Amino acid sequence: MPNWIPICRVDDIPVLGARRVARAQGAEVAVFRTSNDKVFAVLDRCPHKGGPLSQGIVFGESVACPLHNWTIDLGSGCAKAPDEGCTQRFAVQVANGQVALDADELATLATDAPA
Amino acid sequence: MTTPQKLRLVMVGNGMAGVRTLEELLKLSPDLYDITVFGSEPHPNYNRILLSPVLAGEQTLDEIILNPLDWYRDNGITLHTGWTVTQVDRVRRIVHAENGAGEKRTAPYDRLLLATGSNPFILPVPGVELDGVLAYRDIADTQAMIDAATQYRKAVVIGGGLLGLEAANGLMKRGMDVTVVHVAPWLMERQLDKTAGQLLQKSLQERGMKFLIGAQTQALVGGPQGRVQGIRFKDGSEVAADLVVMAVGIRPNTALAESMRLHCQRGIVVSDTMQSVTDPRIYAVGECASHRGIAYGLVAPLFEQGKVLANHLAQFGIGRYSGSLTSTKLKVTGIDLFSAGDFMGSDDGETEEIVLSDPHEGVYKKLVIRNDQLVGACLYGDTVDGSWYFKLLREGRSVADIRDKLMFGESNIGDVGHEGHSKAASMPDDAEVCGCNGVTKGSICKAIQDKGLFTLDEVRKHTKASASCGSCTGLVEQILMFTAGGDYSATPKKKAICGCTDHSHQDVREAIRLGKLLSLTEVMQALEWRTPNGCATCRPALNYYLISTWPKEAQDDPQSRYINERSHANIQKDGTYSVIPRMWGGETTADELRRIADAVDKYKIPTVKVTGGQRIDLLGVKKEDLVNVWKDIGMPSGHAYAKALRTVKTCVGSEWCRFGTQDSTQMGKDLERALWRMYAPHKVKLAVSGCPRNCAEAGIKDVGVIGVDSGWEIYIAGNGGIKTEVAQFFVKLKTAQEVLQYSGAFLQLYREEAWYLERTCHYVSRVGMDTVKKRILDDAEGRRALWERLQFSLDGEPDPWFNFEEAKVDTRQFTPVTPGASHA
Repeated sequence: MPNWIPICRVDDIPVLGARRVARAQGAEVAVFRTSNDKVFAVLDRCPHKGGPLSQGIVFGESVACPLHNWTIDLGSGCAKAPDEGCTQRFAVQVANGQVALDADELATLATDAPA
Repeated sequence: MTTPQKLRLVMVGNGMAGVRTLEELLKLSPDLYDITVFGSEPHPNYNRILLSPVLAGEQTLDEIILNPLDWYRDNGITLHTGWTVTQVDRVRRIVHAENGAGEKRTAPYDRLLLATGSNPFILPVPGVELDGVLAYRDIADTQAMIDAATQYRKAVVIGGGLLGLEAANGLMKRGMDVTVVHVAPWLMERQLDKTAGQLLQKSLQERGMKFLIGAQTQALVGGPQGRVQGIRFKDGSEVAADLVVMAVGIRPNTALAESMRLHCQRGIVVSDTMQSVTDPRIYAVGECASHRGIAYGLVAPLFEQGKVLANHLAQFGIGRYSGSLTSTKLKVTGIDLFSAGDFMGSDDGETEEIVLSDPHEGVYKKLVIRNDQLVGACLYGDTVDGSWYFKLLREGRSVADIRDKLMFGESNIGDVGHEGHSKAASMPDDAEVCGCNGVTKGSICKAIQDKGLFTLDEVRKHTKASASCGSCTGLVEQILMFTAGGDYSATPKKKAICGCTDHSHQDVREAIRLGKLLSLTEVMQALEWRTPNGCATCRPALNYYLISTWPKEAQDDPQSRYINERSHANIQKDGTYSVIPRMWGGETTADELRRIADAVDKYKIPTVKVTGGQRIDLLGVKKEDLVNVWKDIGMPSGHAYAKALRTVKTCVGSEWCRFGTQDSTQMGKDLERALWRMYAPHKVKLAVSGCPRNCAEAGIKDVGVIGVDSGWEIYIAGNGGIKTEVAQFFVKLKTAQEVLQYSGAFLQLYREEAWYLERTCHYVSRVGMDTVKKRILDDAEGRRALWERLQFSLDGEPDPWFNFEEAKVDTRQFTPVTPGASHA
């Protein structure tokens, strides 16, 4: 069972934008909002050179990394071909405009990534 | 329950263009069709361009297979190799095929794709049926030549075009004594002029190839065993031959289409969606298709056709093929050749030629100009500028202002990042081609071979070579040319901004202006964008076009700006930011320096650096600290992060300098105060020097101002970056007021007309200096209007470091959210 923990309201995330979620350990998690209010969460590190994906331009259900313009699919966390590599995904729950992440995932996934 | 039946797609032909179309289709709609492919050859799809290296023993047949049998199986495609389609019943929509054993097979279709390619043209002379007479088209021909080379000695190749010379070269490398018979007065007369053709012949002769130029074949003479033993010419002379290869051209293979009563005219006539004009269920692609009267024979246009066709088969219904401009870049046994357009010129006195000929170095270049436009180019021995000439040719812009430099090429002066190499062939495998992304020649070659890449775009995507600054594009094209073989170079006539649209930058700028479009949504609706909210390439461009065309009216969308312009600081490799406050004209005070020093201590900023633009850069600032650093320093934004006015660099000038003739510092400060907060298609840098010693280095700035005793000289469109470009003299002015007006008007023209991410040097090189002079110098009213529009745009613009609301700075970005915190 996921251990949902509230993060922010959907409206706290800019449309076609992102917010960073601080963690006790490990790199931040980026939560994204698409133009039709879908919310995705991935580790805020590009699989290429660790760029902060939260700072990229969001389009469709993808984000372009701000460092070298790799396109990352928000659903899978994976780079668009021909680039290769994936970043950690995190489960998201949206209920009544409230965004929640799984506290267990936040505490355990990709915690070795430098903050 | 039954699953709905899929549409049936049958493809006749199993070659490069057809299979590429299927690949594109599977990417878009993998499950729409049941696909069946008939191929006469007993092989899966292979790279026909690489038959020459196979013949020459440089590659094996296995290495040139593009789609192994597994690929067909994994994609659910039914493949019939060795089956030739003999008849198509268009009424009942059934394809009839036959194999070598005379067995028959049929396949019903809903959509039929003809990709039958082309056939070699065989001279109508007696003796073509003899043993030892071959065409050069497919694997079987190639294998027959390889076998002949092991038993026989004398080969004659009829035809001195690309294919013939490649065949001759391959046979020579396999130890045969080769003579090339060519009826035209020089080799490759369709691609080269006489001089270049003769240079090529000389160089091939030095390698041992023999030539009979102007010889007309009358008959092939047979021996007692029915094998060819010689060729007789019209003048009665003969040469001996145990192998004759016919390479006198190809013809679109339309026999099947004609039997189906499809309209054919030098190919199967198709529309812009590659649909046959006779039967809407039938499409044609590749060398067999005639589009607007042209049957293309190069890979790149055929792949473009395939992309458009796949889109229609997938029922997306967007995209049209509007033809390609092609150039020829050939690699014949280590010789670089390039030609494009009307390289022969005409005798009517309408064309002029610029020629450079250096027989000792084996370099020959001819440029053909008509009405001040470059209309043709023929290069031999040094082709690195081929792509630049091709670009000029395509754009058709006036070259009057660069005539004197044209011959020396774009890469002649100022390119950096690849050790000054201009000939990729002579570079070792470990030499770096792309200095931006650290890509070596070896890794580019490997990617081209391993991944089967054909176009510059594909190489860029896979290797990143030439994908950043682009200064090594010419080298990458050369590598592509001799690794992928043959010619690949062709471009759509109009370049789309990105994959979201077919519209070019120019189209979009005009639509925004003429339709008074004021938001991204309006633009995307009016121009029928394919994607719901664009991509990271088009959105920043559209946003800039909106705010520069309709200042104070259009909506600025921060989410469509790059991160630097959204956070108003420069992102660094570790995700921290740099802060560069504005120092007017490069001057600062003790007070400012103290505040900077205090901020460095307080926020533990790791690096403090003096920039090339006479300012101070604070590096390694955490995003959370940005707002407080700006506030503590209390100086205006330096916009060092933006596509906007950066700095106005100055020398000390007449206030202190014993040589100074003008007060350059004051002039610089006035310019900077007049122009700051000015967003532009790309970054803009100015400099003002107080005398011709030019200590402010004004010669490499977008606008460089140099004080002389009698006034100010203005230079424009310089660049100190990737390509060092010396600014060109623009005008000499008397007063500081004039300097402001002329500089401002030029920059406003650039803001209104340049394409996004074009620097002033690229913009001026695209439209021509003459055009800029006409608009600014000759048209006083237009100049004043431009200057007024710029002032209107900049009036009341906020400083994003302090006026967050007006500058639409989303301050939420500076604070991370904490899980579990209250969000009532």
